[in-house]
Amino acid sequence: MSALLSVAGLRKSFGAVVVADDTSFDIAQGEAVGILGPNGAGKTSLFNLVTGALSPDAGRITFQGQDISATSAARRCKMGIARSFQVPQPFGGMTVFENALVGAVEGAGMRGHEAEAHVLAVLEDTGLLAKANIRAGALTLLDRKRLEMARALAARPKLLLLDEIAGGLTEAECTALIDTIKAVHAGGTTIIWIEHVVHALLAVVERLIVIDFGKKIAEGPPKTIMDSAEVKEIYLGVDPDV
Amino acid sequence: MIEWLNAIVQGVLLGGLYALFAAGLSLIFGVMRLVNIAHGDLIILAAYLGLSTTVMLGVHPFVALLVVMPAMAGIGYVLQRGLLNQTLGTDILPPLLVTFGLSVILQNALLEGYTADPQKLSAGSIETASLSVGGLSLGVLPLLTFAMAVAVIAGLQWIFYATALGRQFRAVSDNQDIAQLMGLNKAHVFGLAMALALAVTAIAGIMLGVRTSFDPSIGGGRLIFGFEAVIIGGLGNIWGTLAGGVILGVAQTIGAKIDPGWQVLAGHIAFLVVLAIRPNGLFPRVEH
Repeated sequence: MSALLSVAGLRKSFGAVVVADDTSFDIAQGEAVGILGPNGAGKTSLFNLVTGALSPDAGRITFQGQDISATSAARRCKMGIARSFQVPQPFGGMTVFENALVGAVEGAGMRGHEAEAHVLAVLEDTGLLAKANIRAGALTLLDRKRLEMARALAARPKLLLLDEIAGGLTEAECTALIDTIKAVHAGGTTIIWIEHVVHALLAVVERLIVIDFGKKIAEGPPKTIMDSAEVKEIYLGVDPDV
Repeated sequence: MIEWLNAIVQGVLLGGLYALFAAGLSLIFGVMRLVNIAHGDLIILAAYLGLSTTVMLGVHPFVALLVVMPAMAGIGYVLQRGLLNQTLGTDILPPLLVTFGLSVILQNALLEGYTADPQKLSAGSIETASLSVGGLSLGVLPLLTFAMAVAVIAGLQWIFYATALGRQFRAVSDNQDIAQLMGLNKAHVFGLAMALALAVTAIAGIMLGVRTSFDPSIGGGRLIFGFEAVIIGGLGNIWGTLAGGVILGVAQTIGAKIDPGWQVLAGHIAFLVVLAIRPNGLFPRVEH
């Protein structure tokens, strides 16, 4: 299967801090990939580079065979890349419904009733339907996280980037979230998921990429990766000799 | 007693004109946090475009709006995409400096093109027509101006809260970066906001030109009145802008009633009093 997203030789640094150091990987159409790495490893920066919020110092990002390295963030969203933020950033002055509607209308290019019906379906899937008319700025943290997901889904992405969406959830909430993400994935959406809640990640993803100091240090099936000594040392802080 | 009542009513109606001055300013600040120093000169530009249209086509100034509004909207879009977008960023100084420069350029271009002679838009008998209501004599033109201001404010409110365009305005106003990630082209949305603001400015310019004579140098004063109306009403609240215009207008007519020389000063004093008591204006937006 051809790669939906292809990242080649990506470099980005802020002064001495390197957030992407010659990073390369391919994501196949329909895949669900997890990204692991310690805090500050450059995971969120990688999302910023893929969505266009940051521009790389070097390297190429290809989406559906098109070089998007210099494409605007807005254009990339319309092409089918949407993300959720680790720290929820809703449009605080707009209602939950309007927040998602922005994604449906601007991102997915839907209009009128089609857009509204789609948004209602997304809000139902993410458990926000009852709060559709509440101002997003008044939501609790959990609902804000749901809204992050809803707004990204409303844009009907081909590639969905999830940034630590399970953090801070209870076990039951986490299970519900896993079901939602599985359903989205089953619907054909390709997913890249950054997550520290490893069991949630492993319930969904088919492949793991591990990065540290902006460098990709491992990539492969979840079981192999989680068992590798290098990952245990760097990511889990376990000394491999013990 | 009736004289004072008359002064207040005239002030309210005058406030309609000030609200028209202020509406575009308020819209621009609300959407992109741009303080447009050239706003007053753009009002005067619209008045002159109205003058040229009435002279060349031989039409009534209100009919000229059909030409001047789209023209000003076009100017607004090009101005925003071609110049002002480049000045917007984390630093608030560049847009102030650039719009200040634009103000100087506009004034001088108008001086070059139309000379310094005062001009006026002739609207015919409507200028002097009046209605008698309970002992008060109300000018039809001020009434019409006020009605237009209410219609413009209501229209902007409707656009903001009931249309897709308004949702785009509110989304970029709320969080520009996220709006871009959700597929909104910020530069284009800002261009549309400036186009809408200058279409409103066209109405303000025509109503000003029909009411009083104008020359290229008076833009600065209109800018100040517009600013004061926005600040008195509270930033980001478009109905507040109408209230701010009315308060400013009433303060001016009451000041003029006490002493004709006090008209403008009384408006500024009212503005200072509001700033001292309610630094965020009387009706600041309640969100956040």
